[in-house]
Amino acid sequence: MLAAHLDPLAASLFSLIAIASMLLSFVMLGSRWLKNYMYAFGIQSWLIALLSALVGYYGHYPELYLVAIFTLLFRGLLLPYLVMRILQRLHVERELHLILRPSASLVAGAACALFALLVASRVSAAIGLTQNIVVLALMVMLTMKLVGFLMLSVRHEAVSQILGLLLLENGIFLGSQILIPGMPLLIELVILFDLLVAVACFGVLVRYLMTHVGSTSSLDLKRLVG
Amino acid sequence: MTFELCVIVIAPLVAILAAGVPPRPRVVEYVNLLASLAVLLAALPLPFRIRTPLFYWGGYVIVDQLGAWGILCTAVVYFLASIYAIGYMRLMDRPKRLVNFYALFAAFAWTMLVAPLMNNPGVFWIAIELTTLVSTFLVGFEREAESMEAAWKYIIVVSAGISLALLGTVLLYWGGSLVLGPAYDMTWQVLRDVAPRMNPVLLKLGFLLVLVGYGTKVGLAPMHTWLPDAHSEGPAPVSAMLSGALLNTAMLGIVRYLAVTDAAGIGLLPRTALVVLGILSVFVGALFIVRQEGVKRLMAYSSVEHMGILALGFGFGGVLGIAGALYHMLNHSLNKSLMFFGAGNVMRRYGTKEMPGIRRVLSEFPVSGLLWLAGAVAITGAPPFGTFLGEFSILRAGFGSPNIWAALIMLVLLIVIFIGFLNHFRAMYFGRKPETLPAGCWGGSWGVAPMWLALVPLLVLGLWWPERLLTLFAAIAHGLGAAS
Repeated sequence: MLAAHLDPLAASLFSLIAIASMLLSFVMLGSRWLKNYMYAFGIQSWLIALLSALVGYYGHYPELYLVAIFTLLFRGLLLPYLVMRILQRLHVERELHLILRPSASLVAGAACALFALLVASRVSAAIGLTQNIVVLALMVMLTMKLVGFLMLSVRHEAVSQILGLLLLENGIFLGSQILIPGMPLLIELVILFDLLVAVACFGVLVRYLMTHVGSTSSLDLKRLVG
Repeated sequence: MTFELCVIVIAPLVAILAAGVPPRPRVVEYVNLLASLAVLLAALPLPFRIRTPLFYWGGYVIVDQLGAWGILCTAVVYFLASIYAIGYMRLMDRPKRLVNFYALFAAFAWTMLVAPLMNNPGVFWIAIELTTLVSTFLVGFEREAESMEAAWKYIIVVSAGISLALLGTVLLYWGGSLVLGPAYDMTWQVLRDVAPRMNPVLLKLGFLLVLVGYGTKVGLAPMHTWLPDAHSEGPAPVSAMLSGALLNTAMLGIVRYLAVTDAAGIGLLPRTALVVLGILSVFVGALFIVRQEGVKRLMAYSSVEHMGILALGFGFGGVLGIAGALYHMLNHSLNKSLMFFGAGNVMRRYGTKEMPGIRRVLSEFPVSGLLWLAGAVAITGAPPFGTFLGEFSILRAGFGSPNIWAALIMLVLLIVIFIGFLNHFRAMYFGRKPETLPAGCWGGSWGVAPMWLALVPLLVLGLWWPERLLTLFAAIAHGLGAAS
C-alpha cells in the first residue's frame, strides 16, 4: 500500500496536514462562537482537499485531483456558504447554555485523542504496519470521529450539531485518503454529493425548527419522551 | 427478469414525476397507487424466479434472492400504505401539500426498493443515507412542534450512527486492500472471498462499527432512541413504511456483512454481538411496551422488539434461524402496517394519540376494530398468525445455537410483551366509556381495505408455510453460508 513505502518528504507533508486538521477539530471544540466553528471546518476541508491532491501526486492516482477539486468546491466553499446563510437567517452567534465549558470539553477531547492513539497503535501493530504515518492516519481518523460525537453531545445549537456531523465525515475522508487512496472514485464523489444534499436538508429543517418549535436549541426539544 | 426490475425501479419514479407535472392531488394519489400496485406485481414473483445472482451496470447492481425478498417486503408495505394514504391524507385538507406528500412518499419507496440492489457496500451506504434524507421530511410532514422535534432527532441520531457504518466500510476496504492490492472493486462477494485472508482485528473492528452503524438505522437498542419519536409523529402511512420497510432494508446490510464475517471463520464474536443487541432490543421493547401511554409509541416500541427478534434470528443463524427471520420479516411488515393503520383510524376518530383517551373501540369501529384486535394478538406472536411461526422457528434455532441463554431470555420477554401489549388493548376495547366523545372523522373504507389486505395473508401464512417459501429460504441461507 501507498503509506508503507512513502518518501520522507511526502510522509511529513501528510503528517503535517493530518495533525493540522486534528488541531482544527479542537478549535471547533474549544470555541463557543458558531462562526469560528465554520471557519475551522472550512480550513479543515481545504487541508483535506490539499491532501487529496498530494496523495494523487505522490501515489500516482490522477483521479484524486478530481476528488480534490470537488472537495474544495463542495466542502471548502459551498458547505461553509450554506451554513453561513443558515447562521445569518437564525441570528444565533454562539452557544448560550453550555453543557460543558470549552476548557472542560477540550480536556475531554484530549482524552478522546489519547484513546484514539491507543486503539490506532494496537490495530496497526496487529496488522504489522507500524509506520508513523499509518498510526497517525488511523489516530486522526478516530480522534475526529470521537471529537465529532463529543460535539454532538455537549453542543445543542442546531448549527453546531450539523458541523459535528460534518466533522465525523471529514475524519473518515482524511483517513481514507491516506490509507486507501484507491477507493473507487465513484463512491468518493457520490459521498461528497450526498453531504451536500444532507446539508441542504438540514438547512430546511433548521428553518422549520425555528418557525414551528421557536428555537434551534436541542435543549428545547423535550416534548417526546418515554 | 430485467422487465420486472425495470418496473420496480421506474414505477415510483413515474409517481414522483406525476406529482411534478399537473398539480392535481386526485391524479397524483391514483398514480402513486397504480405505481405501488405495479411494483408489487413485479416484486411478488421476483424472489422465486432468481436462481443465481444477476448483475447489471458493470456489477454495481445485484439481483439476488435475499435482496429480492427485501424488495418484496418493501413492495407489500408500499402498496398497503398507498391505499391507506388516500383516505388518511385527504383529511389533511391542504391539496397543495398533498402533492408534495406523494412525491416524497414515492421517493422514499424508491430509495428503499433500490437499496437492496446495491452490490457495492459503499453505494449501499449511500442508498441507506438517502432513505434517511427523504424520510426526514415525511416524519416532519405535519409540521407540528412535535413532528419537527422528531424529524430533527431522527436525522441527527441516524446520520451520526450511520457515519460509523461508513468508517466500518472504509476499514473493511482497507483490510481487503492489504490482501488484494490498493485498488479493487469492493462487492459483497469480493469481501466474502477475501475475508479469510483479511486481518481478523480489522475485520472484527470493521464489522462491529458496521453493526452499530446500520443497527442505529434498524432501531436496535441502545441506538433506538430516534425510532419511537419518528414512528409516532409521522403520518400513519409513513409510520407503516418506516416500520415495515425501512428497518428491514437496513437489516439486510447487517445480514450481508454477517455473511462476510462468517466466511472468515473468526469465531463467535460477530454473531454474539448481534444476539446481544437483539436481546437488548427485545428487553427495551418489553419495558416500554408495558408502561406506555401513546398508541403509536406502543407500536414503535413493538417495532424495536421485532427488530430485536430479527437480529436474534440472524444471529442464531443456521437454516432454521435465517428462514425464521426472513419469514418473520414479511409477517412483521404485514402486521405492523395493519397496526399503524388501525392506530391512525383510531387517532383520527378520538382526536388523541394517548391511549387513556381511546375507549370502547368496538362500538366506534365494529369491523376494523376486530381486525385491529386480531392484529394485536398477532403482533405479540400468538398463533394462528404468521408471526407465531416465525418467532417459533427463531426460538428453535436459538435452542440449537451456542447462544442458548438468549433464547431463554427471549422466551420470558415475549411472555411479558404478550401480557403488557394486550393489556393496553383490553383497556382500549373494554374500558369505561369516556363521557364526551369528540366528533372526529376518519378515512372510511380506504382505511379498512388495507387492513383486510394485511390480515388475510398474515392468517394464511400462519396456517400454512408454503413449500416454495421454505425452499427459497433454504437457498438464501445456503447463499449466506449457513451449513445445513
